[in-house]
Amino acid sequence: MSSEALRPVPAPYLLFEARREEQFITGSEAVREAVRRANVDMAIAYPITPQSESMHLVGDLYAEGYLRDYFRGENEFAVMSQVAGAAMAGVRVFTATCGPGTLRAFENFPMWAGTRLPIVMAFMTRGINAPLTIQPDTIEMGMLLDTGILMLHAENAQDLYDMLLGAFSVTERTVVHVPLGVFVDGFFVTHTRQKVRVVAEDVKLEPYNPAESPVPTVDMETPPVRYMRDPFVMKSNYVSYAAHASWQQEILAAAERARPFLREVVGPFVEQENPDAPIQVVASGTAVAQAREAARLAREEGLDVGLVKIKVLRPAPRDELRRALARAERIVIPEFNRSGWLAREVASMIPGNDRIVAGPRVYGGMTMPPEVILDALRGTRVAGV
Amino acid sequence: MAEHYRVLPGPEGYLPPAAALRGVLPARPGEALIEGEAVARDAAVRHIAARLAGAAVPTFFPGPQLLWRDTPYALERGRLVREIAREAGAKVIPMPDYRPKYPMIDPAVEINPNHPNLTIWHNQIDVGVFIGVHCHQANLALRIIRGGTACYTVALCAHDGHEDAHVSLRDAGNAVLEELRDAVRAAQKGGS
Repeated sequence: MSSEALRPVPAPYLLFEARREEQFITGSEAVREAVRRANVDMAIAYPITPQSESMHLVGDLYAEGYLRDYFRGENEFAVMSQVAGAAMAGVRVFTATCGPGTLRAFENFPMWAGTRLPIVMAFMTRGINAPLTIQPDTIEMGMLLDTGILMLHAENAQDLYDMLLGAFSVTERTVVHVPLGVFVDGFFVTHTRQKVRVVAEDVKLEPYNPAESPVPTVDMETPPVRYMRDPFVMKSNYVSYAAHASWQQEILAAAERARPFLREVVGPFVEQENPDAPIQVVASGTAVAQAREAARLAREEGLDVGLVKIKVLRPAPRDELRRALARAERIVIPEFNRSGWLAREVASMIPGNDRIVAGPRVYGGMTMPPEVILDALRGTRVAGV
Repeated sequence: MAEHYRVLPGPEGYLPPAAALRGVLPARPGEALIEGEAVARDAAVRHIAARLAGAAVPTFFPGPQLLWRDTPYALERGRLVREIAREAGAKVIPMPDYRPKYPMIDPAVEINPNHPNLTIWHNQIDVGVFIGVHCHQANLALRIIRGGTACYTVALCAHDGHEDAHVSLRDAGNAVLEELRDAVRAAQKGGS
Protein backbone atom coordinates (compact mmCIF):
# COMPACT_ATOMS: atom_id res chain seq x y z
CA MET A 1 0.00 0.00 0.00
CA SER A 2 1.07 3.64 -0.39
CA SER A 3 -0.25 7.00 0.68
CA GLU A 4 -2.22 7.27 -2.56
CA ALA A 5 -4.40 4.37 -1.48
CA LEU A 6 -5.48 6.07 1.74
CA ARG A 7 -8.60 8.23 1.90
CA PRO A 8 -8.04 11.78 3.21
CA VAL A 9 -10.25 12.57 6.21
CA PRO A 10 -10.57 15.48 8.66
CA ALA A 11 -8.57 15.26 11.87
CA PRO A 12 -11.54 14.64 14.22
CA TYR A 13 -12.57 11.61 12.17
CA LEU A 14 -9.00 10.31 11.96
CA LEU A 15 -8.43 10.69 15.69
CA PHE A 16 -11.74 9.68 17.21
CA GLU A 17 -13.94 7.86 14.72
CA ALA A 18 -11.70 5.88 12.38
CA ARG A 19 -11.47 2.15 13.01
CA ARG A 20 -8.45 1.18 15.09
CA GLU A 21 -6.52 -2.05 15.43
CA GLU A 22 -4.06 -3.18 18.08
CA GLN A 23 -0.40 -3.63 17.23
CA PHE A 24 2.43 -4.82 19.49
CA ILE A 25 5.09 -2.28 18.55
CA THR A 26 7.93 -0.18 19.89
CA GLY A 27 7.69 3.57 20.44
CA SER A 28 9.82 4.11 17.35
CA GLU A 29 7.37 2.03 15.35
CA ALA A 30 4.52 4.08 16.82
CA VAL A 31 6.22 7.15 15.31
CA ARG A 32 6.31 5.41 11.93
CA GLU A 33 2.62 4.50 12.17
CA ALA A 34 1.63 8.06 13.09
CA VAL A 35 3.62 9.54 10.21
CA ARG A 36 2.18 6.93 7.83
CA ARG A 37 -1.33 8.25 8.50
CA ALA A 38 -0.50 11.94 8.85
CA ASN A 39 -0.09 12.57 5.11
CA VAL A 40 3.37 14.05 5.65
CA ASP A 41 5.00 15.50 2.54
CA MET A 42 8.60 15.37 3.61
CA ALA A 43 10.90 14.16 6.37
CA ILE A 44 14.55 15.00 6.97
CA ALA A 45 16.77 13.00 9.28
CA TYR A 46 20.10 12.91 11.01
CA PRO A 47 20.94 9.91 13.17
CA ILE A 48 21.39 10.17 16.91
CA THR A 49 20.64 7.54 19.50
CA PRO A 50 17.94 6.80 20.65
CA GLN A 51 16.11 8.67 17.91
CA SER A 52 17.82 7.05 14.90
CA GLU A 53 15.47 4.12 14.70
CA SER A 54 12.33 6.24 14.39
CA MET A 55 13.65 8.32 11.49
CA HIS A 56 15.06 5.18 9.89
CA LEU A 57 11.54 3.74 9.98
CA VAL A 58 10.14 6.98 8.57
CA GLY A 59 12.69 6.56 5.79
CA ASP A 60 11.16 3.17 5.08
CA LEU A 61 7.85 4.98 4.60
CA TYR A 62 9.47 7.02 1.83
CA ALA A 63 10.54 3.81 0.09
CA GLU A 64 6.99 2.54 0.42
CA GLY A 65 5.46 5.66 -1.14
CA TYR A 66 4.07 7.43 1.92
CA LEU A 67 6.33 10.49 1.69
CA ARG A 68 7.11 12.66 -1.31
CA ASP A 69 10.65 13.35 -0.17
CA TYR A 70 13.13 12.18 2.46
CA PHE A 71 16.84 12.76 2.93
CA ARG A 72 19.60 12.84 5.50
CA GLY A 73 20.98 16.22 6.47
CA GLU A 74 24.59 17.02 7.27
CA ASN A 75 23.95 17.38 10.99
CA GLU A 76 21.13 18.39 13.33
CA PHE A 77 21.55 22.12 12.71
CA ALA A 78 21.29 21.53 8.98
CA VAL A 79 18.27 19.28 9.40
CA MET A 80 16.34 21.84 11.43
CA SER A 81 17.25 24.56 8.91
CA GLN A 82 16.15 22.35 6.02
CA VAL A 83 12.94 21.48 7.82
CA ALA A 84 12.33 25.21 8.27
CA GLY A 85 12.81 25.81 4.56
CA ALA A 86 10.34 23.10 3.70
CA ALA A 87 7.74 24.46 6.11
CA MET A 88 8.21 28.01 4.81
CA ALA A 89 7.41 26.71 1.34
CA GLY A 90 4.12 25.24 2.55
CA VAL A 91 5.15 21.63 3.02
CA ARG A 92 3.96 19.37 5.86
CA VAL A 93 7.25 18.21 7.32
CA PHE A 94 8.44 15.97 10.14
CA THR A 95 11.70 15.21 11.91
CA ALA A 96 13.03 13.91 15.21
CA THR A 97 16.12 14.24 17.34
CA CYS A 98 17.30 14.00 20.93
CA GLY A 99 19.71 15.25 23.60
CA PRO A 100 22.96 16.55 22.10
CA GLY A 101 21.31 16.72 18.67
CA THR A 102 18.63 18.95 20.13
CA LEU A 103 21.29 21.29 21.47
CA ARG A 104 23.27 21.32 18.26
CA ALA A 105 20.11 22.42 16.46
CA PHE A 106 18.95 24.74 19.21
CA GLU A 107 19.09 28.09 17.41
CA ASN A 108 16.51 26.84 14.98
CA PHE A 109 13.72 26.21 17.49
CA PRO A 110 13.02 29.85 18.41
CA MET A 111 13.49 30.68 14.72
CA TRP A 112 10.81 28.11 13.83
CA ALA A 113 8.43 29.66 16.32
CA GLY A 114 9.31 33.20 15.27
CA THR A 115 8.54 32.43 11.65
CA ARG A 116 5.29 30.70 12.61
CA LEU A 117 6.21 27.33 11.13
CA PRO A 118 3.76 24.47 11.80
CA ILE A 119 6.46 21.82 12.14
CA VAL A 120 5.72 18.66 14.09
CA MET A 121 8.74 17.05 15.69
CA ALA A 122 9.48 14.21 18.06
CA PHE A 123 12.14 14.56 20.76
CA MET A 124 13.32 11.23 22.19
CA THR A 125 15.01 12.65 25.26
CA ARG A 126 18.61 11.79 26.10
CA GLY A 127 21.23 12.99 28.53
CA ILE A 128 23.44 15.90 27.61
CA ASN A 129 27.20 15.27 27.48
CA ALA A 130 29.57 15.05 29.23
CA PRO A 131 30.31 12.43 30.32
CA LEU A 132 28.84 10.57 27.42
CA THR A 133 25.52 8.90 27.90
CA ILE A 134 23.06 7.68 25.33
CA GLN A 135 20.43 7.00 27.95
CA PRO A 136 17.21 8.92 28.69
CA ASP A 137 17.25 12.14 30.69
CA THR A 138 14.79 15.00 30.18
CA ILE A 139 17.11 17.92 30.85
CA GLU A 140 16.76 19.16 27.27
CA MET A 141 13.07 19.76 27.90
CA GLY A 142 13.87 22.38 30.51
CA MET A 143 16.05 24.16 27.97
CA LEU A 144 13.30 24.21 25.34
CA LEU A 145 10.54 25.60 27.54
CA ASP A 146 11.00 29.19 26.40
CA THR A 147 11.70 28.74 22.70
CA GLY A 148 8.08 29.27 21.70
CA ILE A 149 7.37 25.70 20.62
CA LEU A 150 4.37 23.85 22.00
CA MET A 151 5.44 20.89 24.16
CA LEU A 152 3.62 17.65 24.87
CA HIS A 153 5.12 14.84 26.97
CA ALA A 154 4.12 11.25 26.23
CA GLU A 155 4.03 8.64 28.99
CA ASN A 156 4.01 5.64 26.66
CA ALA A 157 3.87 4.56 23.03
CA GLN A 158 0.10 5.08 22.84
CA ASP A 159 0.46 8.68 24.01
CA LEU A 160 3.30 9.14 21.54
CA TYR A 161 1.22 7.85 18.63
CA ASP A 162 -1.90 9.85 19.51
CA MET A 163 -0.01 13.07 20.25
CA LEU A 164 1.97 12.93 17.00
CA LEU A 165 -1.07 12.14 14.90
CA GLY A 166 -3.09 14.90 16.55
CA ALA A 167 -0.30 17.47 16.48
CA PHE A 168 -0.69 18.47 12.85
CA SER A 169 -4.28 19.60 13.24
CA VAL A 170 -3.25 21.87 16.13
CA THR A 171 -0.14 23.44 14.64
CA GLU A 172 -1.72 24.04 11.26
CA ARG A 173 -4.59 26.13 12.62
CA THR A 174 -4.16 29.68 11.35
CA VAL A 175 -4.30 31.18 14.83
CA VAL A 176 -1.68 28.73 16.14
CA HIS A 177 0.87 27.95 13.42
CA VAL A 178 3.86 27.46 15.69
CA PRO A 179 5.93 24.27 16.00
CA LEU A 180 4.84 21.43 18.22
CA GLY A 181 7.26 19.04 19.87
CA VAL A 182 6.12 15.69 21.19
CA PHE A 183 8.59 14.52 23.82
CA VAL A 184 9.11 10.97 24.92
CA ASP A 185 11.69 9.45 27.22
CA GLY A 186 14.26 7.74 25.00
CA PHE A 187 14.73 3.97 25.19
CA PHE A 188 12.14 3.57 27.98
CA VAL A 189 9.48 4.11 25.34
CA THR A 190 11.24 4.15 21.98
CA HIS A 191 12.83 0.74 22.36
CA THR A 192 10.24 -1.19 24.33
CA ARG A 193 7.28 -2.94 22.79
CA GLN A 194 3.74 -2.18 23.91
CA LYS A 195 0.23 -2.70 22.67
CA VAL A 196 -0.77 0.41 20.71
CA ARG A 197 -4.16 1.02 19.13
CA VAL A 198 -3.47 2.55 15.72
CA VAL A 199 -5.85 3.79 13.05
CA ALA A 200 -6.57 1.05 10.51
CA GLU A 201 -4.63 1.69 7.35
CA ASP A 202 -7.34 2.99 5.06
CA VAL A 203 -7.43 6.70 5.91
CA LYS A 204 -4.96 9.58 6.23
CA LEU A 205 -5.09 13.19 7.38
CA GLU A 206 -6.30 15.78 4.89
CA PRO A 207 -3.40 17.67 3.27
CA TYR A 208 -1.99 20.89 4.66
CA ASN A 209 -3.26 24.06 3.00
CA PRO A 210 -0.51 26.72 2.99
CA ALA A 211 -3.06 29.38 2.05
CA GLU A 212 -4.27 29.14 5.66
CA SER A 213 -0.89 30.31 6.95
CA PRO A 214 -0.84 33.51 9.03
CA VAL A 215 2.34 34.57 7.20
CA PRO A 216 3.10 34.51 3.46
CA THR A 217 4.33 31.23 2.08
CA VAL A 218 7.64 31.32 0.23
CA ASP A 219 6.43 31.14 -3.33
CA MET A 220 8.16 31.93 -6.62
CA GLU A 221 5.00 31.70 -8.67
CA THR A 222 2.36 33.70 -6.83
CA PRO A 223 2.81 37.47 -6.46
CA PRO A 224 4.21 39.13 -4.49
CA VAL A 225 6.99 36.66 -5.26
CA ARG A 226 8.99 35.60 -2.23
CA TYR A 227 12.21 33.63 -2.25
CA MET A 228 12.47 34.15 1.50
CA ARG A 229 10.28 35.37 4.33
CA ASP A 230 9.77 39.10 4.60
CA PRO A 231 12.94 40.53 6.07
CA PHE A 232 12.00 42.15 9.28
CA VAL A 233 13.06 45.28 11.07
CA MET A 234 16.78 45.87 10.80
CA LYS A 235 16.99 49.47 11.89
CA SER A 236 17.77 50.94 15.24
CA ASN A 237 14.76 52.94 16.18
CA TYR A 238 11.94 52.72 18.65
CA VAL A 239 9.33 51.33 16.31
CA SER A 240 11.66 48.61 15.03
CA TYR A 241 12.14 47.35 18.54
CA ALA A 242 8.44 47.76 19.31
CA ALA A 243 7.62 45.68 16.28
CA HIS A 244 10.07 43.00 17.36
CA ALA A 245 8.61 42.95 20.86
CA SER A 246 5.12 42.74 19.42
CA TRP A 247 6.28 39.87 17.20
CA GLN A 248 7.55 37.96 20.24
CA GLN A 249 4.23 38.54 21.94
CA GLU A 250 2.53 37.04 18.92
CA ILE A 251 4.34 33.73 19.45
CA LEU A 252 3.19 33.62 23.07
CA ALA A 253 -0.31 34.60 21.98
CA ALA A 254 -0.34 31.74 19.47
CA ALA A 255 0.36 29.30 22.30
CA GLU A 256 -2.57 30.72 24.26
CA ARG A 257 -4.82 30.38 21.23
CA ALA A 258 -3.69 26.74 20.88
CA ARG A 259 -5.33 25.75 24.17
CA PRO A 260 -8.81 24.84 22.86
CA PHE A 261 -7.40 22.96 19.88
CA LEU A 262 -5.00 21.00 22.07
CA ARG A 263 -7.86 20.07 24.38
CA GLU A 264 -9.78 18.70 21.40
CA VAL A 265 -6.84 16.47 20.50
CA VAL A 266 -5.23 15.36 23.79
CA GLY A 267 -8.04 16.07 26.25
CA PRO A 268 -7.27 17.77 29.57
CA PHE A 269 -3.72 19.12 29.92
CA VAL A 270 -3.41 17.21 33.19
CA GLU A 271 -5.07 14.00 34.34
CA GLN A 272 -5.56 13.27 38.01
CA GLU A 273 -6.07 10.05 39.93
CA ASN A 274 -7.42 10.21 43.51
CA PRO A 275 -7.83 14.03 43.53
CA ASP A 276 -8.88 14.29 47.19
CA ALA A 277 -5.67 12.75 48.55
CA PRO A 278 -3.56 15.08 50.74
CA ILE A 279 -0.34 13.87 49.11
CA GLN A 280 -0.10 14.33 45.35
CA VAL A 281 2.63 13.19 42.97
CA VAL A 282 3.09 15.44 39.93
CA ALA A 283 4.96 13.95 36.98
CA SER A 284 5.25 13.84 33.22
CA GLY A 285 6.58 11.26 30.79
CA THR A 286 7.58 7.83 32.07
CA ALA A 287 7.94 9.27 35.57
CA VAL A 288 4.13 9.08 35.56
CA ALA A 289 4.19 5.31 35.19
CA GLN A 290 6.71 4.96 38.02
CA ALA A 291 4.73 7.41 40.16
CA ARG A 292 1.52 5.47 39.55
CA GLU A 293 3.13 2.30 40.88
CA ALA A 294 4.64 4.21 43.82
CA ALA A 295 1.22 5.61 44.68
CA ARG A 296 -0.22 2.09 44.61
CA LEU A 297 2.51 0.86 46.96
CA ALA A 298 1.92 3.85 49.24
CA ARG A 299 -1.80 3.16 49.42
CA GLU A 300 -0.99 -0.41 50.47
CA GLU A 301 0.88 1.13 53.41
CA GLY A 302 -2.09 3.31 54.29
CA LEU A 303 -0.83 6.56 52.76
CA ASP A 304 -3.48 8.44 50.81
CA VAL A 305 -1.69 9.45 47.59
CA GLY A 306 -2.99 10.94 44.35
CA LEU A 307 -1.32 11.39 40.98
CA VAL A 308 -1.26 14.32 38.55
CA LYS A 309 -0.06 13.45 35.06
CA ILE A 310 1.03 16.48 33.02
CA LYS A 311 0.55 15.95 29.29
CA VAL A 312 0.91 19.52 28.03
CA LEU A 313 3.83 21.68 29.21
CA ARG A 314 3.46 24.53 26.71
CA PRO A 315 1.10 26.27 26.84
CA ALA A 316 1.60 26.03 30.58
CA PRO A 317 -1.17 24.09 32.37
CA ARG A 318 -1.48 26.87 34.95
CA ASP A 319 -5.18 26.77 35.78
CA GLU A 320 -5.35 22.98 35.58
CA LEU A 321 -2.50 22.57 38.08
CA ARG A 322 -3.94 25.12 40.47
CA ARG A 323 -7.24 23.27 40.50
CA ALA A 324 -5.64 19.83 40.78
CA LEU A 325 -3.35 20.85 43.66
CA ALA A 326 -5.65 23.24 45.50
CA ARG A 327 -6.14 20.92 48.47
CA ALA A 328 -2.83 19.06 48.42
CA GLU A 329 -0.78 19.24 51.61
CA ARG A 330 2.39 17.76 50.10
CA ILE A 331 3.39 17.63 46.43
CA VAL A 332 6.11 15.21 45.36
CA ILE A 333 7.67 15.80 41.93
CA PRO A 334 9.86 12.97 40.57
CA GLU A 335 11.93 13.78 37.50
CA PHE A 336 14.38 12.17 35.11
CA ASN A 337 16.86 15.07 35.16
CA ARG A 338 19.13 16.83 37.64
CA SER A 339 17.88 20.38 37.07
CA GLY A 340 14.38 19.88 38.44
CA TRP A 341 12.75 21.98 35.75
CA LEU A 342 9.32 20.45 36.33
CA ALA A 343 9.42 21.31 40.03
CA ARG A 344 10.35 24.89 39.10
CA GLU A 345 7.53 25.00 36.59
CA VAL A 346 4.96 23.76 39.09
CA ALA A 347 6.27 26.17 41.72
CA SER A 348 5.82 29.05 39.30
CA MET A 349 2.18 28.17 38.72
CA ILE A 350 0.69 27.37 42.11
CA PRO A 351 0.47 29.14 45.45
CA GLY A 352 1.91 27.56 48.59
CA ASN A 353 5.25 26.42 47.25
CA ASP A 354 6.40 25.16 50.62
CA ARG A 355 4.19 22.15 49.91
CA ILE A 356 6.52 21.03 47.13
CA VAL A 357 9.07 18.24 47.58
CA ALA A 358 11.36 18.86 44.58
CA GLY A 359 12.35 15.29 43.88
CA PRO A 360 13.25 12.49 43.73
CA ARG A 361 15.44 12.95 40.68
CA VAL A 362 17.51 10.46 38.73
CA TYR A 363 19.58 11.33 35.68
CA GLY A 364 22.20 10.22 33.21
CA GLY A 365 20.03 7.32 32.14
CA MET A 366 19.36 5.81 35.56
CA THR A 367 16.02 4.16 36.05
CA MET A 368 13.69 5.37 38.80
CA PRO A 369 12.37 2.43 40.82
CA PRO A 370 8.96 3.16 42.35
CA GLU A 371 10.49 2.55 45.77
CA VAL A 372 12.58 5.73 45.35
CA ILE A 373 9.38 7.73 44.88
CA LEU A 374 7.81 5.80 47.76
CA ASP A 375 10.59 7.04 50.04
CA ALA A 376 9.69 10.61 49.14
CA LEU A 377 5.99 9.92 49.71
CA ARG A 378 6.79 8.58 53.16
CA GLY A 379 8.90 11.66 53.79
CA THR A 380 11.92 9.56 54.67
CA ARG A 381 14.32 10.30 51.81
CA VAL A 382 14.47 12.28 48.59
CA ALA A 383 16.93 10.86 46.08
CA GLY A 384 19.17 12.62 43.66
CA VAL A 385 18.45 16.27 44.40
CA MET B 1 -7.59 36.40 39.79
CA ALA B 2 -6.19 38.64 37.04
CA GLU B 3 -8.11 41.79 36.18
CA HIS B 4 -10.46 41.40 33.23
CA TYR B 5 -8.70 42.87 30.22
CA ARG B 6 -10.54 45.06 27.70
CA VAL B 7 -9.20 45.85 24.24
CA LEU B 8 -9.87 49.57 24.38
CA PRO B 9 -8.76 52.41 22.10
CA GLY B 10 -5.25 53.70 22.82
CA PRO B 11 -2.80 55.10 23.16
CA GLU B 12 -2.30 52.24 25.57
CA GLY B 13 1.32 52.85 26.39
CA TYR B 14 4.90 51.79 25.87
CA LEU B 15 4.39 48.09 25.13
CA PRO B 16 0.77 46.93 25.07
CA PRO B 17 0.26 43.24 25.78
CA ALA B 18 -1.07 40.78 23.26
CA ALA B 19 -4.73 40.49 24.17
CA ALA B 20 -4.47 36.68 24.18
CA LEU B 21 -1.91 36.91 26.98
CA ARG B 22 -4.55 38.70 29.07
CA GLY B 23 -7.20 36.08 28.47
CA VAL B 24 -8.93 37.50 25.37
CA LEU B 25 -9.18 34.65 22.85
CA PRO B 26 -10.71 34.59 19.36
CA ALA B 27 -14.49 34.48 19.16
CA ARG B 28 -16.26 31.19 18.61
CA PRO B 29 -17.98 30.53 15.26
CA GLY B 30 -21.06 32.70 14.87
CA GLU B 31 -19.74 35.27 17.31
CA ALA B 32 -17.47 38.31 17.13
CA LEU B 33 -15.44 40.41 19.56
CA ILE B 34 -16.11 44.01 20.46
CA GLU B 35 -13.28 45.38 22.60
CA GLY B 36 -12.51 41.85 23.76
CA GLU B 37 -16.06 40.90 24.66
CA ALA B 38 -17.88 38.14 22.75
CA VAL B 39 -21.06 39.32 20.99
CA ALA B 40 -23.36 37.98 18.28
CA ARG B 41 -21.92 38.55 14.81
CA ASP B 42 -24.87 40.69 13.68
CA ALA B 43 -24.33 43.06 16.60
CA ALA B 44 -20.70 43.47 15.60
CA VAL B 45 -21.64 44.21 11.99
CA ARG B 46 -23.98 46.99 13.16
CA HIS B 47 -21.31 48.28 15.55
CA ILE B 48 -18.73 48.51 12.75
CA ALA B 49 -21.23 50.33 10.53
CA ALA B 50 -21.98 52.85 13.25
CA ARG B 51 -18.27 53.42 13.90
CA LEU B 52 -17.59 53.98 10.21
CA ALA B 53 -20.56 56.33 9.90
CA GLY B 54 -19.42 58.37 12.88
CA ALA B 55 -15.74 58.56 11.95
CA ALA B 56 -13.97 61.70 10.76
CA VAL B 57 -11.35 59.82 8.71
CA PRO B 58 -12.40 56.19 8.25
CA THR B 59 -9.88 54.14 6.27
CA PHE B 60 -9.70 50.64 4.82
CA PHE B 61 -6.35 48.83 4.80
CA PRO B 62 -6.52 45.98 2.27
CA GLY B 63 -3.56 43.59 2.48
CA PRO B 64 -1.75 41.22 0.11
CA GLN B 65 -4.23 38.41 0.45
CA LEU B 66 -6.77 40.65 -1.24
CA LEU B 67 -4.59 42.87 -3.41
CA TRP B 68 -2.66 40.11 -5.16
CA ARG B 69 -5.46 37.65 -5.77
CA ASP B 70 -7.33 37.58 -9.06
CA THR B 71 -9.85 34.82 -8.46
CA PRO B 72 -13.52 35.74 -9.10
CA TYR B 73 -14.09 35.56 -5.34
CA ALA B 74 -11.23 37.95 -4.59
CA LEU B 75 -12.28 40.36 -7.34
CA GLU B 76 -15.80 40.43 -5.90
CA ARG B 77 -14.30 40.96 -2.44
CA GLY B 78 -12.32 43.93 -3.73
CA ARG B 79 -15.41 45.37 -5.37
CA LEU B 80 -17.33 45.04 -2.09
CA VAL B 81 -14.56 46.77 -0.13
CA ARG B 82 -14.61 49.71 -2.55
CA GLU B 83 -18.39 49.83 -2.33
CA ILE B 84 -18.39 49.85 1.48
CA ALA B 85 -15.65 52.48 1.51
CA ARG B 86 -17.66 54.65 -0.88
CA GLU B 87 -20.79 54.30 1.27
CA ALA B 88 -18.78 55.20 4.39
CA GLY B 89 -16.83 58.01 2.75
CA ALA B 90 -13.66 56.13 3.68
CA LYS B 91 -10.14 56.22 2.27
CA VAL B 92 -8.44 53.10 0.99
CA ILE B 93 -4.74 52.82 1.86
CA PRO B 94 -3.27 49.49 0.73
CA MET B 95 -0.79 47.30 2.56
CA PRO B 96 0.65 45.56 -0.50
CA ASP B 97 3.65 43.95 1.16
CA TYR B 98 5.29 43.43 4.53
CA ARG B 99 8.86 44.08 3.46
CA PRO B 100 10.18 47.23 5.11
CA LYS B 101 10.91 50.08 2.70
CA TYR B 102 13.68 52.34 3.86
CA PRO B 103 14.41 55.08 4.50
CA MET B 104 10.67 55.58 4.84
CA ILE B 105 7.41 54.65 3.20
CA ASP B 106 5.05 57.32 1.95
CA PRO B 107 2.26 56.96 4.53
CA ALA B 108 -0.18 58.77 2.24
CA VAL B 109 0.18 56.00 -0.33
CA GLU B 110 0.54 52.76 1.62
CA ILE B 111 0.67 51.39 5.14
CA ASN B 112 3.66 49.43 6.34
CA PRO B 113 2.67 46.91 9.02
CA ASN B 114 5.88 47.54 10.95
CA HIS B 115 5.19 51.27 11.07
CA PRO B 116 1.39 51.50 11.00
CA ASN B 117 1.32 54.36 13.48
CA LEU B 118 3.05 56.63 10.94
CA THR B 119 0.23 56.15 8.48
CA ILE B 120 -2.41 56.66 11.15
CA TRP B 121 -0.77 59.88 12.43
CA HIS B 122 -0.07 61.25 8.96
CA ASN B 123 -3.66 60.83 7.87
CA GLN B 124 -5.29 61.40 11.27
CA ILE B 125 -7.21 58.17 10.84
CA ASP B 126 -9.70 57.52 13.63
CA VAL B 127 -11.23 54.24 12.37
CA GLY B 128 -9.06 51.69 10.50
CA VAL B 129 -10.38 48.51 8.90
CA PHE B 130 -7.99 45.62 8.15
CA ILE B 131 -8.90 43.13 5.45
CA GLY B 132 -6.75 40.66 3.53
CA VAL B 133 -3.76 41.09 5.83
CA HIS B 134 -2.05 37.86 6.90
CA CYS B 135 -3.11 37.16 10.47
CA HIS B 136 0.35 37.35 12.04
CA GLN B 137 1.15 40.70 10.41
CA ALA B 138 -2.29 42.05 11.21
CA ASN B 139 -1.88 41.30 14.90
CA LEU B 140 1.51 43.05 15.01
CA ALA B 141 0.11 46.13 13.35
CA LEU B 142 -3.08 46.19 15.43
CA ARG B 143 -1.05 46.07 18.64
CA ILE B 144 1.35 48.83 17.59
CA ILE B 145 -1.60 51.00 16.58
CA ARG B 146 -3.28 50.34 19.94
CA GLY B 147 -0.09 51.21 21.77
CA GLY B 148 0.63 54.55 20.13
CA THR B 149 -2.56 55.96 18.64
CA ALA B 150 -6.24 56.44 19.40
CA CYS B 151 -7.32 54.80 16.14
CA TYR B 152 -10.27 52.42 16.53
CA THR B 153 -9.40 49.23 14.64
CA VAL B 154 -11.63 46.69 12.93
CA ALA B 155 -10.50 43.29 11.58
CA LEU B 156 -12.51 41.60 8.84
CA CYS B 157 -10.87 38.16 8.89
CA ALA B 158 -11.52 35.14 6.71
CA HIS B 159 -10.11 32.93 9.47
CA ASP B 160 -10.58 33.03 13.26
CA GLY B 161 -10.39 36.79 13.79
CA HIS B 162 -8.05 39.11 15.67
CA GLU B 163 -8.47 39.67 19.36
CA ASP B 164 -6.01 42.56 19.13
CA ALA B 165 -8.49 44.62 17.08
CA HIS B 166 -11.19 46.64 18.80
CA VAL B 167 -13.75 44.83 16.70
CA SER B 168 -12.97 41.40 15.30
CA LEU B 169 -15.20 39.61 12.79
CA ARG B 170 -14.21 36.01 12.06
CA ASP B 171 -15.21 34.00 8.97
CA ALA B 172 -15.87 37.33 7.25
CA GLY B 173 -16.53 36.10 3.73
CA ASN B 174 -18.14 38.09 0.96
CA ALA B 175 -21.66 37.44 2.26
CA VAL B 176 -20.63 39.16 5.51
CA LEU B 177 -19.20 42.08 3.53
CA GLU B 178 -22.57 42.45 1.81
CA GLU B 179 -24.22 42.58 5.23
CA LEU B 180 -21.72 45.21 6.30
CA ARG B 181 -22.36 47.26 3.15
CA ASP B 182 -26.10 47.24 3.86
CA ALA B 183 -25.51 48.14 7.50
CA VAL B 184 -23.22 51.03 6.54
CA ARG B 185 -25.83 52.26 4.09
CA ALA B 186 -28.48 52.14 6.82
CA ALA B 187 -26.20 53.84 9.34
CA GLN B 188 -25.43 56.67 6.91
CA LYS B 189 -29.15 57.24 6.58
CA GLY B 190 -29.46 57.42 10.36
CA GLY B 191 -30.85 53.91 10.75
CA SER B 192 -29.36 51.09 12.74
